Amino acid sequence: MLTFTIRRLILAVPTLLFISLVIFLLLELAPGDPMAQVPLTVPAEVKEKMRLALGLGEPMHIRFWKWLVQFFWIEPQVLIDNIFGTSLAEGQLRVISWQTRSPVMDIVVQRIPQTLWVVGTAYVVAILIALPIGIYSAYRQYSWFDQMGTFVSMVGFSVPPFFSGVLVIVIFSVQLGWFPSIYDTTHVVDSWDSFVYQLKQMIMPVMVLALQITAQLSRFMRASMLDNLNQDYVRTARAKGLSEYVVVMVHVLRNSMIPVVTVIALGIPSIFGGAIITEQVFKVNGIGQLLIGAIQANDLPMVQTLTFIFAVLIVLFNLIADVLYGILDPRIRYD
Amino acid sequence: MTDKERFVPDEGMAPASTAVPAAGALEELHKPPRSQWLDVWDQFKSHRGALMGGALFLFIILAVYLGPFFWELEATQIDIRARNQGPSWAHPFGTDQLGRDMLARMMAGGATSVSVGLTAMLLALFLGSFIGVMAGFFKKLDGPLMRLTDLFLALPLLPLLLVMMLLFREPLNATFGPEQGIFILIVISIGVTSWMPTARIVRGDVLALKEREFVMAARSIGTTNSGLITRHILPNVLSPIMVSATLGIATAIITESSLSFLGLGFPPDFPTWGRLLFDATDYLQQHPERVFWPGMAISLTVLSVNYLGDGLRDALDPRIRGR
Repeated sequence: MLTFTIRRLILAVPTLLFISLVIFLLLELAPGDPMAQVPLTVPAEVKEKMRLALGLGEPMHIRFWKWLVQFFWIEPQVLIDNIFGTSLAEGQLRVISWQTRSPVMDIVVQRIPQTLWVVGTAYVVAILIALPIGIYSAYRQYSWFDQMGTFVSMVGFSVPPFFSGVLVIVIFSVQLGWFPSIYDTTHVVDSWDSFVYQLKQMIMPVMVLALQITAQLSRFMRASMLDNLNQDYVRTARAKGLSEYVVVMVHVLRNSMIPVVTVIALGIPSIFGGAIITEQVFKVNGIGQLLIGAIQANDLPMVQTLTFIFAVLIVLFNLIADVLYGILDPRIRYD
Repeated sequence: MTDKERFVPDEGMAPASTAVPAAGALEELHKPPRSQWLDVWDQFKSHRGALMGGALFLFIILAVYLGPFFWELEATQIDIRARNQGPSWAHPFGTDQLGRDMLARMMAGGATSVSVGLTAMLLALFLGSFIGVMAGFFKKLDGPLMRLTDLFLALPLLPLLLVMMLLFREPLNATFGPEQGIFILIVISIGVTSWMPTARIVRGDVLALKEREFVMAARSIGTTNSGLITRHILPNVLSPIMVSATLGIATAIITESSLSFLGLGFPPDFPTWGRLLFDATDYLQQHPERVFWPGMAISLTVLSVNYLGDGLRDALDPRIRGR
């Protein structure tokens, strides 16, 4: 198991390097000019100097190398500095956003809590809803509850978040006026009333996101339960005279959870970066919104760093899912 | 019809009671042999959701492609005096802020969205099956091609799609014109980023098929590799390909609408369902029904295609068929 993990970790390094190169080359082909926002009155030679100051004068491979060094060597040092109060990275050049002229990672750190709050809550809510639904619809296969579950998850698959989001805004904000349609990220929770307000503004985005995640997870849970319910060990457990509750909730559920846990792990990267559309609909200024803004403003270092962070998360959680699968299921042996 | 039918080992191991034909079974033996696709159709018919989904999808396709021939109002025709109207006989879906007929716009938008969905699905399907068959059939290619697939799976797709939209829109628009250019761009970028599941499934099936007796038999009579693939392998991996085709349409339509919704898809004067929804969100308070129509169209199309895929999966699986 350990050797497998180590081998996969080592394999992840070239994968990530390759991905960062792909992203870099894609952005390199960008026809967009970072100087497009500069007024026309600025003379051409000044513009040229500004371009050089952004580091655009160097050849491509040197810029790629610089980005790699900044991201993998200097940014971790900054992190260590912030945690332990040391000054390893003092005076070193970090990855700088062209929009704000401040370090990209600082902005990312500012934006992450909003995304984590909204999307993370949605994920937890979705898991809490999806698992019981999946278990019950597998236990009563083809019952009306199962049919309903199938239909609801089909709807969850099919209704895109930009429609369901706008729809709940129309119903609950415009018509009924229950919840605010815009998520206020500057809101500080310091009293009971402000806490209630925070809950109110979170309900709609969480609902929209949870519908989608629930749809997938409950289907998966159901399929996995169905696989196990007809196995011999279930008959044995029933023959031993165990109660139905113990058979289903202990014996079958534990075995069915193995693939589901890995699917849950695979979905975690999307908590950090996936909810781009939902954030856009509810104006949550999280990571997804940051990426859209950076793309529209031609802020290449920001786009590069954000896309790469998403890629790292995906690779990392793929690895975690594989390892978890091996740990949970003794039948799986990688070595 | 295909070799699969003749070489499925389970069929030879039927219970003994059916092997000794009774009088009724003898009559059955004289019935003309049923083709595989008739069996598939019989199973498909019994899945009510799939049948309804298929009918709905057919209706949507007919409506968006043939509808404009029966509805004489143009999608781009501006009638500023008739702006912001509610539903009426002249404009069943009402009109937008420039007095353009919403029904005509919905049909034009649907034609674009469905075309993008179908073309992108075909591209992804071609790429996925090609890579899957190559990886499964040729052992040397398996490692590199599967690493490539893993790599693509590790890419953050929506951000990358957005970046591709940003980067290649201008040059393609200059070469092919604004509508053609963005169509090509969207189809290619969706196709290139969604072939991986198909490739994986096809590879798995090809790996299993390659070891079967009929492939060995075909090889022993001197069938070339290309002959083997086109004549024996491809027909047998058709069912997973068809299922991923239906799911591919669904994801392609949703992706295109998301891009349009984020403002990085088709240009504003060129309606698609996602674009119509995006434009309508500005008038959310006054005219919520304008959000409803395109959103409903996207959702219904995807829902019908998903049900269709669900039914196809059951119908094409010989283990489920006949139960």
